Amino acid sequence: MNRYLAPHVASMPPSGIRKFFDLVATMKDVISLGVGEPDFVTPWTVRESGIFSLEQGQTMYTSNAGLFELRDELAHHLSITLGLSYNPLDEILITAGASEAVDLVMRAVLSPGDVVLVPNPSYVSYGPCATLSGATVHYIPTHAKEDFRLRVEDLTQAYTPKAKLLVLSYPNNPTGAIMSREDLLPIADFVAKHDLLVLADDIYSDLTYDGTHVSFASLPGMHDRTLFVSGFSKSYAMTGWRIGYVAGHKDLIAGLTKIHQYTMLCAPIMGQFAALEALRSASEARDEMVAAYDRRRRLMVHGFRQMGLECFEPLGAFYVFPDISKTNLTSEEFAEQLLKEELVAVVPGTAFGPSGEGHIRCSYAYSTEQLQEALKRIARFVQPRIS
Amino acid sequence: MLTEEDRKLLKLIEKDCRLTPEALSIQTGLMPEYIAQRVIEWEKEKVIVDYRPLINWDRTGDVSVSALIEVRVLPQRGYGFDKIAKRLQKYPEIKSLFLMSGGYDLALLIEGKSMQDVALFVAEKLAPLEHVQSTATHFVLRCYKQDGVELMGEEETLQRLVVSP
Repeated sequence: MNRYLAPHVASMPPSGIRKFFDLVATMKDVISLGVGEPDFVTPWTVRESGIFSLEQGQTMYTSNAGLFELRDELAHHLSITLGLSYNPLDEILITAGASEAVDLVMRAVLSPGDVVLVPNPSYVSYGPCATLSGATVHYIPTHAKEDFRLRVEDLTQAYTPKAKLLVLSYPNNPTGAIMSREDLLPIADFVAKHDLLVLADDIYSDLTYDGTHVSFASLPGMHDRTLFVSGFSKSYAMTGWRIGYVAGHKDLIAGLTKIHQYTMLCAPIMGQFAALEALRSASEARDEMVAAYDRRRRLMVHGFRQMGLECFEPLGAFYVFPDISKTNLTSEEFAEQLLKEELVAVVPGTAFGPSGEGHIRCSYAYSTEQLQEALKRIARFVQPRIS
Repeated sequence: MLTEEDRKLLKLIEKDCRLTPEALSIQTGLMPEYIAQRVIEWEKEKVIVDYRPLINWDRTGDVSVSALIEVRVLPQRGYGFDKIAKRLQKYPEIKSLFLMSGGYDLALLIEGKSMQDVALFVAEKLAPLEHVQSTATHFVLRCYKQDGVELMGEEETLQRLVVSP
């Protein structure tokens, strides 16, 4: 029946993560460091709020843009936490997770022939979403020696006059890299000079371990050039609720809303009420989770360095991205052999693009005990291969 | 005043006092020597008062009885409630002792081997004390949560995918 599939879908490669998931699914007693979601359950007060909304019979559609109360609270939250100013009336759209927001941005602004610039390694969905819009992706390699930050020199090299959109995703999945204000300013100059639009995927912005996150949209002149995407999944352990949002200039948000109203209609109402509660009362629970990630992050970096592997110190998100090239294995070989020999699942760096070669992504959204056991097994696997 | 780093360190020790200075160092980025020294200081200052596990005795099959006792006392001139509280805290049967606002003055948490044990303590030791005006004993039927730890019910198990983006 493949003949019925549109050619651009038929030719789209499946996610590298999916391929590895299928392999892991066939094995038992595996310690997995492959999960890209928190190991915490949504804070009780947030869950209770979702339950209460159901008890109150809140089971209908909301407006396309989402509950006004939530947008209003979000505008306030973004203002005090990141110094961003958005009008809740027409500059914020609530989506079914940040993933929908990414898709909406791509579909709303890209036309066939346009080019999207994506630093690499990067989250798996940017490329396919751009492809579905008929655009072409130019990956910009980033490197461990540069702390996986995007350098304006590399951006210049990848640039083409057909480029319309630049994706910035920091803190980064899979590297854990962040970009400081000093790192972002030359990028902002470049963006203004070449009249680019930026998709800032700030989904991990609350999970930073060295100062406060700087949002690209907060830089001078970048408010209108940025579509700010984020959500509740990572900050408040709410992956399954599917609540994200996108904020930006009202003309752009109006365009995104048109697609959203025809395809998604609105984000789930129960999740919207829960998200509202998260903003109002779960900051302490969020901070406790962040503190726990920070401790585990140090444990993981220390563990990999003790093994003799180079490990870039991630300052955001909940992943470490150690360099395994010393073992003379490719990322995929490393991940497959580690899984078979030591029953530890990690994700090959190449699942996040060609620049991920030589690395593996290990999530530390696990208990300290699990992480210690996994590190022990990985060390047993690595030692004979590097000595 | 505690620094933010010290506060984090204390919270970590409060959660798991088995962690060595080396293990704490890896997780916090603080030097192990600093942590060891700080712990000694906190022990001296009685900031860290004791190290002990939280045991759910209900699971051991051992039978014991706890009771919450409300006590009304006459405050003493010049001492308020402190003098009687200092005396009460010497009794090993009293596990916790609080000065309360509201309808009574002191709340005591008592443990004994049996209800009779507790009743005898109240009748023979607590109630006859000078300045104690009245007592009301409430026996604990079941402990659901203690020191922030849920003791009852099934643990919430995460049903996460083994690999996800």
